[in-house]
Amino acid sequence: MVTAKFQQIRFISPVGSVGGGICSAALDEALAQAPHFIACDAGTTDAGPFSLGMGIPAFPREAVKRDLSLMLRAGRKANIPVIIGSAGTAGGDVHVDSVLEIAREIVAEHHLTLRTAVIYAEQDKAYLKRLLQQNRILPLDPAPPISDNVIDNSSRIVGMMGVEPLQQAIADGADFVLAGRCSDAALFAAIPLMHGFPPGLAWHAGKVSECGTLVCETLGKGVIFTTISQDEISIRPYGDGLRCTPLSVAAHSLYENSNPYLHRECSGTFDLTNSTFGAIDDVTVRIRGSEFIVEPYTVKLEGAALAGYQSIIVGGIRDPHVIGQLESWLAGVRSYIDESVSHVLGDELDKSSYSLIFHTYGISAVMGSLEPDQKHQPHEVGIVLEATAPTQDLAHKLAQLSRQPLLHYPIREWKGSITAFACLHNPAVVDRGPVYRFTLNHVAVPSTAVEMFRTHFIDLGGSEK
Amino acid sequence: MILADIATLIRSKNAGPFILTFDILFADLASYRHVKDSGALNPGAFAKLYRCRIEKVRFFECENALAFKFSIPRPLTQGELGDGDMHGGQQFIPLMNLEIP
Repeated sequence: MVTAKFQQIRFISPVGSVGGGICSAALDEALAQAPHFIACDAGTTDAGPFSLGMGIPAFPREAVKRDLSLMLRAGRKANIPVIIGSAGTAGGDVHVDSVLEIAREIVAEHHLTLRTAVIYAEQDKAYLKRLLQQNRILPLDPAPPISDNVIDNSSRIVGMMGVEPLQQAIADGADFVLAGRCSDAALFAAIPLMHGFPPGLAWHAGKVSECGTLVCETLGKGVIFTTISQDEISIRPYGDGLRCTPLSVAAHSLYENSNPYLHRECSGTFDLTNSTFGAIDDVTVRIRGSEFIVEPYTVKLEGAALAGYQSIIVGGIRDPHVIGQLESWLAGVRSYIDESVSHVLGDELDKSSYSLIFHTYGISAVMGSLEPDQKHQPHEVGIVLEATAPTQDLAHKLAQLSRQPLLHYPIREWKGSITAFACLHNPAVVDRGPVYRFTLNHVAVPSTAVEMFRTHFIDLGGSEK
Repeated sequence: MILADIATLIRSKNAGPFILTFDILFADLASYRHVKDSGALNPGAFAKLYRCRIEKVRFFECENALAFKFSIPRPLTQGELGDGDMHGGQQFIPLMNLEIP
């Protein structure tokens, strides 16, 4: 199919994220429209740095297996490739391998044969340090500081691949491309670009399709079916009650993007400034005019490092005297805890190596420094104390030492011993395990589009026994 | 009139771990134009509401989507110790009460 000349190219985006729950009836309906490929994103940084740092997917294995099974069987039935990107949420090697393992099970259970290209996106630290030395790692805005130490201390760093490694895999005959961290839009743009469709349209089609039915007027169960021709994109959902409207499709380019018009990819920027959106029918939208500007090749990096281990205490305060002076009361609680820690754990836990954070629900816990309503006094305040330290044992002890002062720290209004904190649990301390932070908002400038990514071909099923 | 009375959706969300983005959407061109012509939505007003430097505010008027967008650096990177809104979804509230003349 790679060399054939197409008037148009059609594809299915079955769900916004592998594991999100594909509507199989809608997938069948779309499959009857002769698509040329199926693609689906499986990752995001949206949940936070934990998945990347810890190497654990955010979706339940069973949910991923169900969706992947539907896609792989649909792909084999129609004899078209299936492309999955950002496997296992964060797209590190361990994440990709966990999805590969699921694919093996599916292939065995359904007696499929699948020429599989596995593309790894995790980055070698020595390679990144060489790039850094050559000024080939550039900050985005805003970016945390970068150094060899930042690279070394990161638990895992991935590069976000563009279309090129995917295209190589398709050109080499892959039925199933299982990619690590990857641009969402690239999953859908790769094949249309191979066939010479206009880059602005190919990329924009990927962008509007990658979130599944989120591009529709109202969210619902269904799949997205997109067609690209030489001068326009048409996009429609299959699924009960779903429709794409010019407004819903135009508005989708705002979602989770800092700039609604310019979208940077590895090979350049697609520009939606002159895009137009029109209705073809009640459920289908036509897009024209999207452009692409070629720019120096860059690969976005994502890294996560261990921030420490955490234990928490959850509870609440109802006493209006305490709530009325909560900030100064908590400052008193904090200094009491600091003092106990230095007495009890002084040798093991220096003050600079632990952190105590009080999230005060009811007073600015959600908006923090951005909260406009600083004066309102609620009748009740929920408190989550986060104690973070270099080991779980120390974090646990830090939280344990916090319980008594939280319970009993005095106020002037009451004489004698008080219990100011309504503790939710016994034991009060909940261990949360390791917590991570994002370390990079940078791009790398590689020598070639594919040097940062490693492709392995595996014949799943069939000859592989 | 306040912005929440006119907009069909005011939302905030992460645009990656380092940026917060805010969308204000309308049902019809008249509402969009009314707010646009009022001049109440601008980088200066947003910087004041969100206590950040005006040069850090990016502002977009998207007539084909009947929407306005603001983007600012996150006060705390997503997931940093102390971050209380992992997805950035509850940061739009100050925009709701913005007076629209």
